[in-house]
Amino acid sequence: MLDYETLKLVWWVLVGTLLIGFAITDGMDMGVGSLLPFVARNDTERRIAINTVGPHWDGNQVWFITAGGAIFAAWPAVYAAAFSGFYMAMLLVLFALFFRPVGFDYRSKIDHPRWRSAWDWGLFIGGAVPALIFGVAFGNLLQGVPFRLDELLRVHYQGSLLTALLPLLNPFALLTGLLSLTMLTVHGGLWLQLRASGEVAERSRRLVRLLAPLVTLTFGLAGLWLWSAIDGYRIVAEPSHAALPNPLAKTVVRAAGAWFDIYHSQPLALLAPAVGLLAPLLTALLASARRPGLGFVTSALAMAGIIATAGLAMFPFIMPSSLDPNSSLTVWDAASSHKTLTVMFWAVVIFLPIVLAYTVWCYTRMWGRVTAEEINRNSHSAY
Amino acid sequence: MIDQTFVELSRWQFAVTALYHFLFVPLTLGLSWLLVIMETTYVMTGKEIYRDMTRFWGKLFGINFALGVTTGLTMEFEFGTNWSYYAHYVGDVFGAPLAIEGLMAFFLESTFIGLFFLGWDKLGKRQHLAVTFFTALGSNLSALWILVANGWMQNPVGAVFSPETMRMEMMSFTEVFLNPVAQVKFVHTVAAGYVTASMFVLGISSWYLLKGRDLAFARRSFAVAAGFGLASCLAVIVLGDESGYELGDVQKVKLAAIEAEWKTEPAPASFTLFGFPSQETQETHAALKVPYLLGLIATRSTDTEVKGLADLQRDHEVRIRSGQIAYGALQKIRAGDSSPDTRATFDAHAADIGYGLLLKQFTEDPTTASEAQIQAAAASTIPTVWPLFWGFRLMVAFGFTMLFIFAAAFVLNASRRLEQHRWLLWMAVAAIPLPWLSCELGWFVAEFGRQPWAIGEVLPTFLATSSLTSGDLIFSLAGFATFYTVLLIIEVFLMVKYARLGPSALHTGRYHFEAHPAE
Repeated sequence: MLDYETLKLVWWVLVGTLLIGFAITDGMDMGVGSLLPFVARNDTERRIAINTVGPHWDGNQVWFITAGGAIFAAWPAVYAAAFSGFYMAMLLVLFALFFRPVGFDYRSKIDHPRWRSAWDWGLFIGGAVPALIFGVAFGNLLQGVPFRLDELLRVHYQGSLLTALLPLLNPFALLTGLLSLTMLTVHGGLWLQLRASGEVAERSRRLVRLLAPLVTLTFGLAGLWLWSAIDGYRIVAEPSHAALPNPLAKTVVRAAGAWFDIYHSQPLALLAPAVGLLAPLLTALLASARRPGLGFVTSALAMAGIIATAGLAMFPFIMPSSLDPNSSLTVWDAASSHKTLTVMFWAVVIFLPIVLAYTVWCYTRMWGRVTAEEINRNSHSAY
Repeated sequence: MIDQTFVELSRWQFAVTALYHFLFVPLTLGLSWLLVIMETTYVMTGKEIYRDMTRFWGKLFGINFALGVTTGLTMEFEFGTNWSYYAHYVGDVFGAPLAIEGLMAFFLESTFIGLFFLGWDKLGKRQHLAVTFFTALGSNLSALWILVANGWMQNPVGAVFSPETMRMEMMSFTEVFLNPVAQVKFVHTVAAGYVTASMFVLGISSWYLLKGRDLAFARRSFAVAAGFGLASCLAVIVLGDESGYELGDVQKVKLAAIEAEWKTEPAPASFTLFGFPSQETQETHAALKVPYLLGLIATRSTDTEVKGLADLQRDHEVRIRSGQIAYGALQKIRAGDSSPDTRATFDAHAADIGYGLLLKQFTEDPTTASEAQIQAAAASTIPTVWPLFWGFRLMVAFGFTMLFIFAAAFVLNASRRLEQHRWLLWMAVAAIPLPWLSCELGWFVAEFGRQPWAIGEVLPTFLATSSLTSGDLIFSLAGFATFYTVLLIIEVFLMVKYARLGPSALHTGRYHFEAHPAE
């Protein structure tokens, strides 16, 4: 059995893995949704794009749901503070996501241009809005979130959350939002280049070539901004990492450059930003050279690098508090009990490989380009 | 202080989103197995009509499933968005089954569902049947874990409160999983889902039989639904009775409220079949009683008492006073007092800390609560009786009505006299809404009857909320209600359209409207 401190660390890696898994799988179909208005010009083309992800989007979305569930189980304090603290943003994501299940299933059930066009916009919103908001959320985490904990560990915020949406959309967060939207869109573009056919695949190729360098650019800019103008958080006194979690027991200060501490102390961590900067450029080249399969892999690597960069920069913080830095939530003091972390660790060890195995089986069975002939032949059963 | 309007709005939002979600879940739970039965018959016999049945009922399954997924998304995150203190206070225990549901069940169901719809040409017969089977298994396992989570809210076993972390912590995962309330609720709920799907298929097939369309298709669908429905309906009723027994054991307040048993009766208690409960006078007017029955249901004996609400309230008052002591000791521990005496005091009263928290709706500091506040807190432990009394009775009445329909359908179908008895076919069509009404009433009774607790005897509902404002809640509640209602209207429109079209929707060229396009 793993000791408590190690398990807390392992869970930081596992939640990171689930988030990266979410970006690679669900990010792909959200990217396809975001590209829908730009790569398809008629109903058949739109159905080609939609059907490349038709059989898989629902399974992919479970990465998002499971990441949420895992945060609930492993970091209940984070689940409690983040989802209520970002109330309006969460609602926006949920409402946007509502369009997807119905969009995919209902769109082609009625043959009417206005009906179908409405659902196409729904699928676009369901792809682009969450992709943007996830990045905005990360941008806000890096700046600190205005919450504090009282003596019963109840979370409090400043003012009404109805008005709190606008400060969330500050320039830095919009930049990280743009980064996340672009990287998921590029990822979706590679999938379309790989699995769609004809003009849809070709337009996707051209868009990826254009957008992938933008990932490097926005990522680099965000890094520069963070380095030059945004204070990080640093723990100056804390109880043992193996202690029972108490988020109020540590002392935290805001300090310029604190988000770069880990890159000084652990130079190996620099691998993450390096991959995040270079892999998108490689992706653009591979898409251009008509190697979307490899490009999909480098794009997945890019997202892993970018998400890991943010995670490492904040480590051990998960949710720093700008209102009362000592209330910040970290890997050490927002975790579940030793028992729960152990049970959940084994649940992941057992089930995640099984999930990966049947997911691969499903993708393999449905492999092949989606063509116009196939859509027309199955016009009553395809999405 | 606690803003009651805000608490009410939070409860309304959860109720609305959960009841909407549960409009779609039962059909998924049951119809997925009916699809497995139909497709297995196809694979074993090779008869094309069973493939058509799987595909057609699968289409309706998909229309329903889409909204199940849509509304389910909200549920996964709502504990964090709207019940933030709940998430902190019990996440250590409650989060685990939710996360395992994702890993073990929801992945399974959602990964295979796409192949069910779109994989007919790309998969072998047996492969496709396996896909259908895993979808059904996944959705039913989902229900298992969700009900393990819900069962723990009703009967929080396998966990203790830790003053250091200020939350409930898991002691035994096995106890949480094998919670008798959870297991009984699981089987009762999935069986109710099977009844829902059977009634749905039975009713729509009856419509085709009445209209004289696609008879071979309709008869076979009817037969499958009648058999599965009869077995499931019997199971729901037997397992519901088992639930009653569990309630008698661990949720005495809910049971007494459902029965409107104001005062403890001498054993064996009689069952109030009918009456008008009045909260003010603590009496049930015009009560029609069946001797012995409640005692038998709740205690499986003739000599054990079933406690009435007045006595339960008196018990709670004692526990509230004990909870005050626990709360006082907790405050000292939180402030850094680590003396063994304080700890011993806390441990002696720890089981009642939840009752102490009940006072927080009246005063910031429960240790100094006045006598009137203690009385008010004790009174708040008794839920409003009449909605539970009537909700339960309606659910049961609908259940027995459906049992009659399934039994008649099964017998008449087996003796091939179905089409001479058009009254039954009409009845089956008219009964289509009944399972939904029963399911919603069942949830209502289970959850409203849990009040004032979010987690039974551990965390009061009013404390479990997030620190949002009423304005936030009005905005989000209106958003959910509008969004869901629009989607529901679209769903029902598509469902009716495809159900009327029948198997002709498959465009195989073999069915009614393809031969009679003018009709």
